[in-house]
Amino acid sequence: MWNYTEKVMDHFLNPRNVGEIDDADGIGDVGNLVCGDAMKLFVKIADDKKTIKEVKFRTFGCASAIASASALTEMLHGKTIEEAVQFTNQDIADYLGDLPEAKMHCSVMGMEAFQAALKDMHLRHPEIPLPKNMPEEFQDKIICHCFNVTETQIRNAVKTNHLKTVEQVTNFCKAGGSCGKCKGDIQKIINEIVPPEPATALACSCNESSSGCTNFKTNLERIEKIQNVFDKVVRPALKQDDGDAELVDVKKNVVLVRLLGHCASCPTANITFKNWIEKILHDEVSEAIVVKRAE
Amino acid sequence: MPDKKIIYVDNNATTQMAPEVLDAMMPFMTEYYGNPSSTYPFSKKPADGIRSARKSMAELLGCDPAEIIFTSCGSESDNTAIRSALATQSGRKKIVTTAVEHPAILNLCRNLEKQGFPVVYLGVDSKGRLNMDEVHAAIDEDTAIVSVMHANNETGTIFPIVELAEIAHQNGALFHTDAVQSVGKVPICLRETKIDFLSLSGHKFHAPKGVGVLYRRRNTPYKPLLIGGHQERAQRAGTENVTNIIGLGKAADLLLAGATQEIAHIRKLRDRMEQGILASCPDTFVNGDLENRLPGTSNIAFQYIEGEAILLHLYHDAGICASSGSACTSDSLEASHVLQAMGLPFQSLHGSVRFSFSRYNTEEDVDVILAAMPKIVKTLRDLSPFGRMNESK
Repeated sequence: MWNYTEKVMDHFLNPRNVGEIDDADGIGDVGNLVCGDAMKLFVKIADDKKTIKEVKFRTFGCASAIASASALTEMLHGKTIEEAVQFTNQDIADYLGDLPEAKMHCSVMGMEAFQAALKDMHLRHPEIPLPKNMPEEFQDKIICHCFNVTETQIRNAVKTNHLKTVEQVTNFCKAGGSCGKCKGDIQKIINEIVPPEPATALACSCNESSSGCTNFKTNLERIEKIQNVFDKVVRPALKQDDGDAELVDVKKNVVLVRLLGHCASCPTANITFKNWIEKILHDEVSEAIVVKRAE
Repeated sequence: MPDKKIIYVDNNATTQMAPEVLDAMMPFMTEYYGNPSSTYPFSKKPADGIRSARKSMAELLGCDPAEIIFTSCGSESDNTAIRSALATQSGRKKIVTTAVEHPAILNLCRNLEKQGFPVVYLGVDSKGRLNMDEVHAAIDEDTAIVSVMHANNETGTIFPIVELAEIAHQNGALFHTDAVQSVGKVPICLRETKIDFLSLSGHKFHAPKGVGVLYRRRNTPYKPLLIGGHQERAQRAGTENVTNIIGLGKAADLLLAGATQEIAHIRKLRDRMEQGILASCPDTFVNGDLENRLPGTSNIAFQYIEGEAILLHLYHDAGICASSGSACTSDSLEASHVLQAMGLPFQSLHGSVRFSFSRYNTEEDVDVILAAMPKIVKTLRDLSPFGRMNESK
């Protein structure tokens, strides 16, 4: 069900300032066909070199993308650049009454288009001063030159979507998808935001490869290890399917597990046991482990 | 939006309940409330009603009444069939299915995959068809069950399930088909096939929501999903949803009497609408396998514009209810997995709209769609930054 405010519907059905400006001072071109939304924003500055005289747009996208773009043009009209750079995507959402959570990216796209237009303007007309209060993201560094993707865009994509690999970043914002030169830089950004899990996190301190190492100093250390694997690997995966499990006891090589949630009533639970939990414990702790179901 | 005349062309999503179906159900919601399992004569009406509904369903599918298991929905039937096969096909663990199945199958398979069952998702070509060489290569002595939908819900592409069931059996595997979209639209006679399980859902053919069928071929090994009472010959526990089963039986009777005319009717409407849109809206094309397609389904790609915006205009301008594979219409912001599997280019992927007809649609409905569509396409194309170079000068 669509949950759009009347104002969103109004701007969608009667979009303001549609079109192009032939002698625009700055053009912001963001988004693409792959993602399903894109926007081109044309900005014309008045003779005072400060005031936004005219704004027009074209948008490919859903109702909220069109409404966000239309709202943005109304908001920018007549403002000075200095005033305009203070807008955030939330201001677009507020202007429209509200946007559904899943559609907030439409307002983000609007702001990105304006930022891109300002940058473009600065390249075309270095004589038009950029305001001193320019937020940081306006002076962004381009990481992927093939697709013009900036550091902030990548950071935002990684943070918002909990991305962990360069490939995921490419899927989300195209960065790294063409020549691939920037993949190292993207990895660095990911590492800053999501520190790589130390490879030894689950391994024994003996520095052997984690699989097959059974050199536990004490039985306690061994149980700790099993508990660790259980909490960090087994349970999060089961939880994805609304299931869960608890570690009941460890007796030598026998690990007693109780399945909870959906898993408890799942007809294939025995296979979950044998093939999956056991395999993980084999890989991470010891080949000798046998998983048994606690009733 | 009150008092708006609705043009409902989203019948692959659900259908209007037939008035005859409601009439048949009513007495069972009021007078005949007895439990069909009880022994006194007061329960004879509901018990007989279920028996007769079972007979009607069997006749519609060309099978024996004993092979019909009433369930709550298509998803339950799918779950039961797949899980049953994995539990009974000892020594075989693999599932072979397609990348374009309904989420009822796809998400079930992904879930089972995590539990250690290998799954092969067969890809499709640009028309949504399977490559039979890949099918042969995928099904082997480890395959417990092959599950391929009869007709795709988004494009209407029909799969060769009779042939696929043969291949599955040659390899000792069971065969299941999700026939939710094809009932009453593609005739089938199950006893002439090797299909082991077939799932269907009542609300796709004018029965109420909340009732489905699992066809289980006689002698196909079986393990119930719901365990409890002995209803449905101990194949599906739970007191029968009597009223809905009566409704389902009536809906089957209506198809037995009129499916041929209905198929001709929806095909005629679909074809006129499709030809009309292709002629009046530039840069559009039809998705799917036009040779083998459900008679009432049309999936049209409107290039350079976005599906949700089209749908919203269709509803706002003319009360038309359709659906789209656009990313923006899904909660996940992911475009249709079916159209993606077909390798549809992105400028068409997001602008694909599905129209699906039923016996209650009329020529006037098509007139309304044809009158509304060109204006909507033009409005949105005028807004779009793409595709301008293709415009007629």
